[in-house]
Amino acid sequence: MIEIKNLHANIDGREILKGINLTVNKGEVHAIMGPNGSGKSTLAQVIAGREDYEVTKGEILFNGKNLLELPAENRACEGIFLAFQYPVEIPGVSNTTLLKNALNSIRKYRGEDELDAMEFLSLVKKKMSLVELSEDLLRRSVNEGFSGGEKKRNEIFQMAVLQPKLAILDETDSGLDIDALRIVANGVTKLKSPENATIVVTHYQRLLNYIIPDFVHVLYDGKIIKSGDKSLALELENKGYDWVIEEAAELV
Amino acid sequence: MNSSTVLKELFIKQFHSFENTLNGEKELPLHQIRKDAIKKFSALSFPSIKDEGWKYTNINPLLSKTFKPADSIPEIDPEFINKYLFDKKEFVTLVFVNGYFSKEFSESDSLPKGLILETISEAIKKHPELVLTYFSKSASSEKNIFTALNTAFANHGTFIFVEENAIIEKPIQILYVTKADDIFVSPRNLFLVNKNAQVKIIETYAGFGDRSYFTNQVTEFVINDYAVVEHVRIQDEQLNAFHISTLSVALEKSTNFSSYNINFGGSFVRNNVNAKFNGGFAECRLNGLYVTEGTQFIDNHTSIDHAKANCLSSELYKGILNDSSRGVFNGKVFVRQDAQKTNAYQQNKNILLSNDAIVNTKPQLEIFADDVKCSHGATVGQLDKDQLFYLKARGIQEKEAKAILIYAFASDVVHSISILQVRDRLESLLAEKLL
Repeated sequence: MIEIKNLHANIDGREILKGINLTVNKGEVHAIMGPNGSGKSTLAQVIAGREDYEVTKGEILFNGKNLLELPAENRACEGIFLAFQYPVEIPGVSNTTLLKNALNSIRKYRGEDELDAMEFLSLVKKKMSLVELSEDLLRRSVNEGFSGGEKKRNEIFQMAVLQPKLAILDETDSGLDIDALRIVANGVTKLKSPENATIVVTHYQRLLNYIIPDFVHVLYDGKIIKSGDKSLALELENKGYDWVIEEAAELV
Repeated sequence: MNSSTVLKELFIKQFHSFENTLNGEKELPLHQIRKDAIKKFSALSFPSIKDEGWKYTNINPLLSKTFKPADSIPEIDPEFINKYLFDKKEFVTLVFVNGYFSKEFSESDSLPKGLILETISEAIKKHPELVLTYFSKSASSEKNIFTALNTAFANHGTFIFVEENAIIEKPIQILYVTKADDIFVSPRNLFLVNKNAQVKIIETYAGFGDRSYFTNQVTEFVINDYAVVEHVRIQDEQLNAFHISTLSVALEKSTNFSSYNINFGGSFVRNNVNAKFNGGFAECRLNGLYVTEGTQFIDNHTSIDHAKANCLSSELYKGILNDSSRGVFNGKVFVRQDAQKTNAYQQNKNILLSNDAIVNTKPQLEIFADDVKCSHGATVGQLDKDQLFYLKARGIQEKEAKAILIYAFASDVVHSISILQVRDRLESLLAEKLL
């Protein structure tokens, strides 16, 4: 589905990603782990199309298309969804306005008919129950005055409505208590299908108890230094990152 | 003679011709006020950028024009009028064309109980004492040359008197339409709201045609104890128009006044909004919005005088400026020595949509009392990058995403308007302009 080849990216002239190679196929869940500052969130933002980052080398193919040529909005229309680590508050713009515009923009891009108000409402109501959000959220401004947990649940709710092909969850577990974590993880698991894929970016292993990854990658200093299956996540939880970093250093 | 003197001489000459059309009305006491006003007009100078209150507001474009007084009602497309009117069944409706009252377009025959509504020229005949007690008091001609000019030519406009304890549920809409034909109009309103009364008034200014015109407008409000007033002012003049206005509000004890000053039109616009607390425990909310494009220039000068203790003022003015348009905001809040327990909040927020747009903003607080809560601030910025990226990352195209954010920024000002039809209309006008 997505092929990332030798990806290098800078911000303000500083190189953050130093040659990432990663392939994710349909139906797979990949976890990207690593200590703070290793470039995990940068990778997520670069895939989503944040313009603050400059890609200096490499390519990203998404279902065969050159993703780097597309602006963020068209990447989303192609089926990429980034669940933000820090969802921004947008006073004055209701969740309904956001979702309706987003959904219809994506449908238009794909040559599908826009949904009318009734169809939209019934879709949205169906998806709300997935993350246990109440309907009054629809009228509220996007993330304004939401608790940390509500913001993360709202991200997953948006994902449920927009039904992306590739979802990237950027530190979705940070700031969540155990109940919120369970709700969010359940939502993500229910949205999984053989046709879509998920990249879970996380610092801790605990989210991976709920969202079971097929592959685990360790990102350090802008490169993937080790890949494995879900047992690697447990090993990292027990032993920390140092041993992987040392092991990688010996290989150089 | 420089252009400033030329225009002045012209207005004075025109005043004498205007006088001659008044016939018997020249004997009414209002005419003495007019004559005093033209004297003051003649003694005062047009402001220049050397005057503190006009530092960023160069009136030379106005001075280089010549205008003649409107002397007749032009042909007008009813569609144009209807575009601006609200449901006549639910509103009391007054329409003035080129300053003249239009019975044809108005709907003011069966008035709610407790409401007296006249044109200002009728009112001076029917209720001379009442009018003369308040006319030209809160908006004085002493220092303001444009108020003096308006007063000198005051003949058209609206007089509203709300009786004690009367709650007028029907909002009153007053529409002033001008044909752009190198004319000037001087709408003059006097609104008296008595004790315990409640009223909602909407003033709309619009124009049609290709030439220029000059609306020089004054509204005086006297709001008596415990009265509640909501005032919406929609300025949607033609893009060649000059528009100068003064809204002067006297607030007595425990009154509640909300103002919405919405500006879309005009080539050169200067609005003065002056509110004064004459009694304690009163509340004044000033909301403003200016949306400009092309080479429009819109200046809002507000002043709130906390002359008495225990009052609240809250002010929010927002601007969205595109192309090479310019905006000016100047907000003064005075808290006098005796005005303890004052709460005064003031905000001016601007979004510049182009590199060539400019806004000059100056919020000012002058506090002479010590037990007060006051804050003020101004921001000038572009759209929030993080918010924009968030919307785009959800698949919304950049143009729509920007429009959504601009709309949210602007519609905030009109959210609290209690008259649903008016709020809806303004929201759809904004959507039309911004989305």
